[in-house]
Amino acid sequence: MGMTITEKIFAAHSGRDSVKPSELVFAKVDLVMGTDVTVPLSVEVFNRMGAKEVFDPKKIALVNDHFVPAKDVKAAGLSKIMREFARKQEIDNYFEVGRSGICHALLPEKGLVLPGDLVVGADSHTCTYGALGAFATGVGSTDMATSWALGENWFRIPPSIKIVYSGKLPEMVGGKDLILYTIGQLGVDGAVYCSLEFTGEVVRQLPLSDRFTICNMAIEAGAKGGIMEADEKVTDYVTERSTREFTIYESDEDASYLKTYEFDVSDLEPQVASPYLPSNVKPISEVEPIKIDQVVIGSCTNGHLEDFRNAAQILKGKKVHRDVRLIVIPSTQLILQEMISEGLIQVFIEAGAVISPPTCGPCIGGHMGVLAENEVGLYTTNRNFKGRNGHPTSRVYLCSPVVAAASAIKGVITDPRKL
Amino acid sequence: METIFRGKAFKCGDDIDTDQIYHGQYLPLTDPKEMAKHAMEFVPGLENFINEVKPGDMVVAGRNFGCGSSREHAVICLKENGVCCVIAESFARIFYRNAVNLGLALLECPGISQFAETGDSLEVNASSGKVRSLSSGKEIEGHPISGLEREITEAGGLLQFIKK
Repeated sequence: MGMTITEKIFAAHSGRDSVKPSELVFAKVDLVMGTDVTVPLSVEVFNRMGAKEVFDPKKIALVNDHFVPAKDVKAAGLSKIMREFARKQEIDNYFEVGRSGICHALLPEKGLVLPGDLVVGADSHTCTYGALGAFATGVGSTDMATSWALGENWFRIPPSIKIVYSGKLPEMVGGKDLILYTIGQLGVDGAVYCSLEFTGEVVRQLPLSDRFTICNMAIEAGAKGGIMEADEKVTDYVTERSTREFTIYESDEDASYLKTYEFDVSDLEPQVASPYLPSNVKPISEVEPIKIDQVVIGSCTNGHLEDFRNAAQILKGKKVHRDVRLIVIPSTQLILQEMISEGLIQVFIEAGAVISPPTCGPCIGGHMGVLAENEVGLYTTNRNFKGRNGHPTSRVYLCSPVVAAASAIKGVITDPRKL
Repeated sequence: METIFRGKAFKCGDDIDTDQIYHGQYLPLTDPKEMAKHAMEFVPGLENFINEVKPGDMVVAGRNFGCGSSREHAVICLKENGVCCVIAESFARIFYRNAVNLGLALLECPGISQFAETGDSLEVNASSGKVRSLSSGKEIEGHPISGLEREITEAGGLLQFIKK
């Protein structure tokens, strides 16, 4: 019996010829990622373990992104703990404010994740890196601490679910719409414990930014990881950024899948997830025109340069509706720099948007744009559970950057193709 | 080893995410005692949870309990309030793993949301998976945790397991 990409990566990292779903393995990890909100708990566990040194400082990344620049004294304390740990353990991949970004955009950009890698990250959206043909999964702080100490962890091999996208994507419809539609079909627990393998002609045509968006939201269907076979676009991307050797795995023809979904996306509309579930998805024609108070374009899901190019194309020469606040958050410093040199920042500012430094901020209801009582948000982020983005009565709709941009102009949820 | 819990149930619905169990705005807190004050704050119907919960009580949940973020705070805040176990129709993966790693007993039990209400006294045999309502006298059976996950939970968590 053949194996899936996911099974091959686990086999390679646990020293076996083959593995099967639900089997337990101890596997070596290539990278352990943590952020300002998950590292402090891990440092405590690491110390309680009696561990002195991390297994390999080069295989650890520590990223300031959730509450930075420090939103208050307690948040400043979190970064301080992480900074001191990085110094003590001589971790070079510690990313300080001003040289950092949202972890899931930053790590690929820095060439820290390569095809075939096994990555654990103490952040649920770690599954993003699957777009590069790596298996990456979110874990808690105890798992991060033990991975720091041992360089390996226990895993149950997840069964794989295959998602095949065929047809031709219409204009103004992209990766975000594909994944929202998919989560709508599977449900928020449709892929619990599983690996979601995205494939088909549509995936191969997508830019990497859209592929990251798709894998990023695999967790919103409950998945352990999202993964795609690495192609030339991936190898071009990673070889520009890293000299480390990597392995590209393909799923065997006779690999077994728990389920296969085939979606012809030729007639797909822009998709919107209504409160309070990311699976509460409808085509935009069934959602518009809901009045909105705040629009956020950014996050680990949709804060790539291409996302801002797409949004700026809609906003160019237009103004944000007087009743709407538009918050634009480049995911990394490099993306911000490129936005400046391409003139995108100018477009957003002239339209009446505010530019935030790279942060998770409003996506977690943390800072940089928290919603008040009964306010309605339209976000390009990944979750809209009750209260996540601010007051428990606030409501958030999830969409793509082009829907967000068009709606910011109109003040109501708007199909960008109708502008 | 048989593990039996007796306590009062606090019931919530399907797809309770970690933001409802422990909201993102409290992530700057690092002291478990402080975290405990915000447990289940955004869970519909359980707004008064922290004032009513007593050590030994349990959470009864619907499908996909603990979906969303990877924050371990969601497990810590329940444990710190003395919650002895969570019985759910099903669990989200990262929450499940975090609970195992921190030694919080879990029982996956299809049918539990129809079986128990907030305030019911339950007896849970985490080893056999049997749940008995001391309020109604009825019984239901779940899938007890097994394999390595059970060994880790019974050791009291991953840290204790590794030390052994």
